[in-house]
Amino acid sequence: MKQAQFEKQFEADWRQLDQQLATLEKLRHGDLASDPSLNQLPASYRRICHHQALARERGYSLSLIQRLDDLVLRGYRQLYRPRLPLAAPIKQFLLAGFPQAVRAQWPWQLASAVAFCVSLILLWALVRNQPDMVYALLDQATAEQMESMYHPEAEHRTQRTASDDVTMFGYYIYNNIGIAFRTFAGGLFFGVGALFVMLFNGSFFGAIAAHLTNAGFQQPFFTFVIAHGAPELTAIVLAGGAGLRLGWALLAPGPWSRREALGLAASQAMTVMYGAFALLLLAAFIEAFWSPRQFEAWIKYSVGGVLWLLTLGYLFAAGRR
Amino acid sequence: MIDDRQSMRTAEGATLSLVPAGILPRGGAFLIDLLIRAPVYIVALVVLSTRTGSAAGLMLILLFLLEWFYPVLFEVLRHGQTPGKRLLGIAVTHTDGAPVTLNGSLLRNLIRQADFFPMFYLTGFVAMLSNRRFQRFGDMAANTMVVHVGNSRPPQQISVAQTTPPDWQVTLDDQQTLLALLERQDSLSAARRQELCALGWPELDSAQAEQRAMATARHLRGLE
Repeated sequence: MKQAQFEKQFEADWRQLDQQLATLEKLRHGDLASDPSLNQLPASYRRICHHQALARERGYSLSLIQRLDDLVLRGYRQLYRPRLPLAAPIKQFLLAGFPQAVRAQWPWQLASAVAFCVSLILLWALVRNQPDMVYALLDQATAEQMESMYHPEAEHRTQRTASDDVTMFGYYIYNNIGIAFRTFAGGLFFGVGALFVMLFNGSFFGAIAAHLTNAGFQQPFFTFVIAHGAPELTAIVLAGGAGLRLGWALLAPGPWSRREALGLAASQAMTVMYGAFALLLLAAFIEAFWSPRQFEAWIKYSVGGVLWLLTLGYLFAAGRR
Repeated sequence: MIDDRQSMRTAEGATLSLVPAGILPRGGAFLIDLLIRAPVYIVALVVLSTRTGSAAGLMLILLFLLEWFYPVLFEVLRHGQTPGKRLLGIAVTHTDGAPVTLNGSLLRNLIRQADFFPMFYLTGFVAMLSNRRFQRFGDMAANTMVVHVGNSRPPQQISVAQTTPPDWQVTLDDQQTLLALLERQDSLSAARRQELCALGWPELDSAQAEQRAMATARHLRGLE
């Protein structure tokens, strides 16, 4: 069959499919099921695949082949539309998938936690023994700002309003989750970015905690940070571990090519990132609405302690068979 | 063929051909998306600098969502196309041609930060130049690529005229070459057309060669 005949015979088919695809491409996910043209798609798609194969085999002109290629690709993209995650996968993820993924990546998560904790402890010990060493890490202004923030009689702590809470909630989401995402992305550079964030944040936290303790402000500081610290610090460490996982795939890809190893590592690390995201949302909520409340120290410490136990217990124990 | 088209077979045995989008359309789409977001950023800056309280908090959440999830939202719900990509006729797909999933889209957009490093997508730019699919690192990790979509031209009418059957055993290559010449005749100058046709029929003078080539091409196409 010559090309002109072929085109004449099937032109109507192609136009129809083109219109059908245009309709489907405009539809949102929710309206898909109710669309009647959906039932005809597989049959039309098989037909266009047949026509494409014929056109290629018979050496018809490149523009015709390209036109059919285009229809095949558009049909394929409609036929294989992904399903959006729904409630069931989210539940499964929170109950088992997330802690399992964290445990499956234990070497990197451990490395990230060690980097964070060791730098924290080192700087804590250093600044406790040599109080002036704190200025090696932060400048005078930051240190003074920290002191005024955690001063026991500070005005902003006793007269905090509900709208301040919302502001801070927004700020914690914007800032902390952004940091976690950047930490993860930074891991791509052979893990250096993620490792740096862990070391820096660990040192920073250790130095400030020690500095405030030296100034005698330990109670306002620790009662403030203990509760939200559980999900927040854990999530930052997890993001660091996920980043290290990425970087390790490029450093030591094993039996895969670097590109394949990266793809594999990324899809595993992504599971942890979803969880870190959820933990940081929780942390922002606690940090904005619970941590600034003025209660007896023992109440704050017990709530914080319980949160630490819950967070770590969840990561170690949930989803085991 | 000398182009960057990537062909792959689907499970159905159909051939998908994907044309990776280069740096210009992708950069253009990025700029358009930036312009679309710019008014929101400006409003947010004004709100943040003039007001505190709940409004500022909500603005920060909005900024967070816009910064990280604007591309994800559109890529997942709009067939891999942010408004900018839609305008420039490009879309995100997985490398096997499948539509991008939520996981894939999130991954490529989180790693965007690494591609942006140290500034203006320098890392991503180098990564894109180093592989045939123009993938930045985010694309490699998520196994996605940005392709041109819906770029085929509408079918062209070719006038019926005198036809000549070929006097040799026509291969598929010969046929496609002649058919392509027939379709592209209007975009070539007369001199170039004759020059090309003379390659096939060097024994004729160039005007005759062109006539002969076109008549043969029309015959092969079936324009009797």
